[in-house]
Amino acid sequence: MTTKQTHTLSVLVENSPGVLARVASLFSRRGYNIDSLAVGPTEDENISRMTIVINVEGHALEQVIQQLDKLINVISITQLDPITSVQRELLLVKVFTTPVTRSQVLETVQLFRAKVVDVAQDAVTIEATGNAEKIQALLRVLEPFGILELVQSGLVAMSRGLKPGSISTE
Amino acid sequence: MSSENGTKMTGATSLVKSLEHAGVDVMFGIPGGAILPAYDPIFDSPIRHILVRHEQGAGHAATGYAQATGRVGVCIATSGPGATNLVTPLADAQMDSVPIVAITGQVASGAIGTDAFQEADIRGITMPVTKHNYLVTDAADIPRAIAEAFHIARTGRPGAVLVDIAKDAMQNQTIFNWPESLSLAGYSPVLDPETSAVRDAARLISESSSPVLYVGGGVIKSNAHKELLKLAELTGAPVVTTLMARGGFPDSHHQHLGMPGMHGTVAAVTALQKADLLITLGARFDDRVTGKLSSFAPLAKIIHADIDPAEIGKNRRADVALVGDLKRTIEALIPALNAEYSKSKPDLTAWWIQLNSWRSRYPLGYDHPEDGSLSPQFVIERLGKIAGPEAIYVSGVGQHQMWASQFVSYENPRTWLNSGGLGTMGYSIPAAMGAKVGAPDKVVWAIDGDGCFQMTNQELVTCALNNIPIKVAIINNESLGMVRQWQTLFYNQRYSNTDLHSKRIPDFAKLAEAMGCVGLRCDSRDDVDRTIAQAMEINDQPVVVDFSVHRDAMVWPMVAAGTSNDDIVIARSMAPIWDSQEL
Repeated sequence: MTTKQTHTLSVLVENSPGVLARVASLFSRRGYNIDSLAVGPTEDENISRMTIVINVEGHALEQVIQQLDKLINVISITQLDPITSVQRELLLVKVFTTPVTRSQVLETVQLFRAKVVDVAQDAVTIEATGNAEKIQALLRVLEPFGILELVQSGLVAMSRGLKPGSISTE
Repeated sequence: MSSENGTKMTGATSLVKSLEHAGVDVMFGIPGGAILPAYDPIFDSPIRHILVRHEQGAGHAATGYAQATGRVGVCIATSGPGATNLVTPLADAQMDSVPIVAITGQVASGAIGTDAFQEADIRGITMPVTKHNYLVTDAADIPRAIAEAFHIARTGRPGAVLVDIAKDAMQNQTIFNWPESLSLAGYSPVLDPETSAVRDAARLISESSSPVLYVGGGVIKSNAHKELLKLAELTGAPVVTTLMARGGFPDSHHQHLGMPGMHGTVAAVTALQKADLLITLGARFDDRVTGKLSSFAPLAKIIHADIDPAEIGKNRRADVALVGDLKRTIEALIPALNAEYSKSKPDLTAWWIQLNSWRSRYPLGYDHPEDGSLSPQFVIERLGKIAGPEAIYVSGVGQHQMWASQFVSYENPRTWLNSGGLGTMGYSIPAAMGAKVGAPDKVVWAIDGDGCFQMTNQELVTCALNNIPIKVAIINNESLGMVRQWQTLFYNQRYSNTDLHSKRIPDFAKLAEAMGCVGLRCDSRDDVDRTIAQAMEINDQPVVVDFSVHRDAMVWPMVAAGTSNDDIVIARSMAPIWDSQEL
């Protein structure tokens, strides 16, 4: 019995209308859960990159990759290993501050090498990037101060070194 | 290279020229507002357009045409309801891997998204039920979209492709430019299996003492029936053909055990259960074949040959995967197997003794009803005998479909057409129409149920008006027979909403006459041959025969849904009696 595990897929797709809907529809139809999905341009304007994080067991992962690969607009799929790839999320978080807690919040920001992007009377807005663990750790530390609002991007990732990542379909 | 390249024309003319360049000789459709620009150049085109009575009929006709000929079937409809009426046949064709292209008109590009009159997001709607689809809003994109649509529909694992074209893209002027080559970065089907996998497969076959060739519809799609025959005779292994593969291997061949699955023969079902190796060729371990998956073929190693890599391991883990075109796969497998056999060839004698004993003890059969009424199986069996193996048989979905698979002997590919995957009631009449258009020299028999027939029979008008003389056998048990059978077996004979009263209303023979067909009736055993012969004589008009049959006849054998193939039942509450060593 294999257990569920988080996998990161870097998917190159044609930059044409409806591609996101096709991918989303495939995941919904086949019953796969997406943990996160980030889409953006690449160095080639005709091609977009989707970074998809899914939580499935090994056999299902193969099916996800094969079914994705059947979509005509999907050009290639690479499975990114967390060790040999750089994986980042972006976090914007608004934290409640008082004159007493503000300095403690700013200290936390420094410790996590995050940035303050806005300061108001009773709140500071913090920007942080990092892998999922770092973002979660930062949020845990900030939580006691009072999180007023939070927005987080999906994961984006890229393989380290010259060559693309481990398992590739094309 | 097209001589028309560089010519100025409307997008609509460009569409019709593109269809001509794609090799289309016939299409089935109905005009309407958004597709109207295309219908003007269609008027002048050498492409035969058959005006159907419902868009669903156009879609199934395209499917029947494609299944009978191996070419891409084409249907065309307008926006909104015209397009949504194509959803069922698109899903049907996609499930059975049939190459069809649907062209739909869309409201003008500026109106898209405004809930305009007859607007439906047909690209969005059909995304999950097509292999691919397009929305074209620029006249210049039409030829490439059409060229790609046909390429995608017929290559790799065939399927349904929809091209939705905005009305203004058809009205605008453009310079026609048929693409000489296509480059689809994300689409390149693998045709040849890996050499090492072929060797591994050959080795497994050479080591197996109880193999089964589990053959699916892929054998017909890839025109691999001759190669399959060679492989079967080389291995000496038993062959089972799934519902989609009937005709891909001759029923008369002594190695053929029949159809596996929910209503398969005891020999075919049991051979799979007891085999030590399944040589799976263009089949997909569908639940109607495997029964309860965890208990399916528990002893068998699996060789899985399919052109779609996503089928490998989808339902059952494969020990050897052969991804490629089935014809080329078998062509590669035969020499590899000969090489293995030169070292040693397994003895299948003991296996055949067992297979033959199942086959002789549990042949397919049926009883004639005691009240003297007509047995549906008898009608279908006689039809198969009289029309013969050169005819094309097109069934609807339900009991009559299973009997038509069981009691007609198929000897040739593309002579058995049905809706296997989606199970679309109403498929038969329009699909038979499409098959007859594609193969006008063949006798085409639609074997339909009275329930199915009442869903799409209006296409008989199309047949009558367009000289498409199909023959229809309605197996009239005045019920939704298969549902009724399940109510008999699993719902305490509570026949909720399955009584159609179709022996009273409608009068099928009169209905047929009203639609320009010959209508015949038959309700006694003595008249069956004579009535079929009479129908066979009529070749200038469609013929409909209303066979009034016993309503309590059931399809046997049966593996109840969700249960193990080991629990096959040959008649009500009658399991085969196994020797203790077989259990």
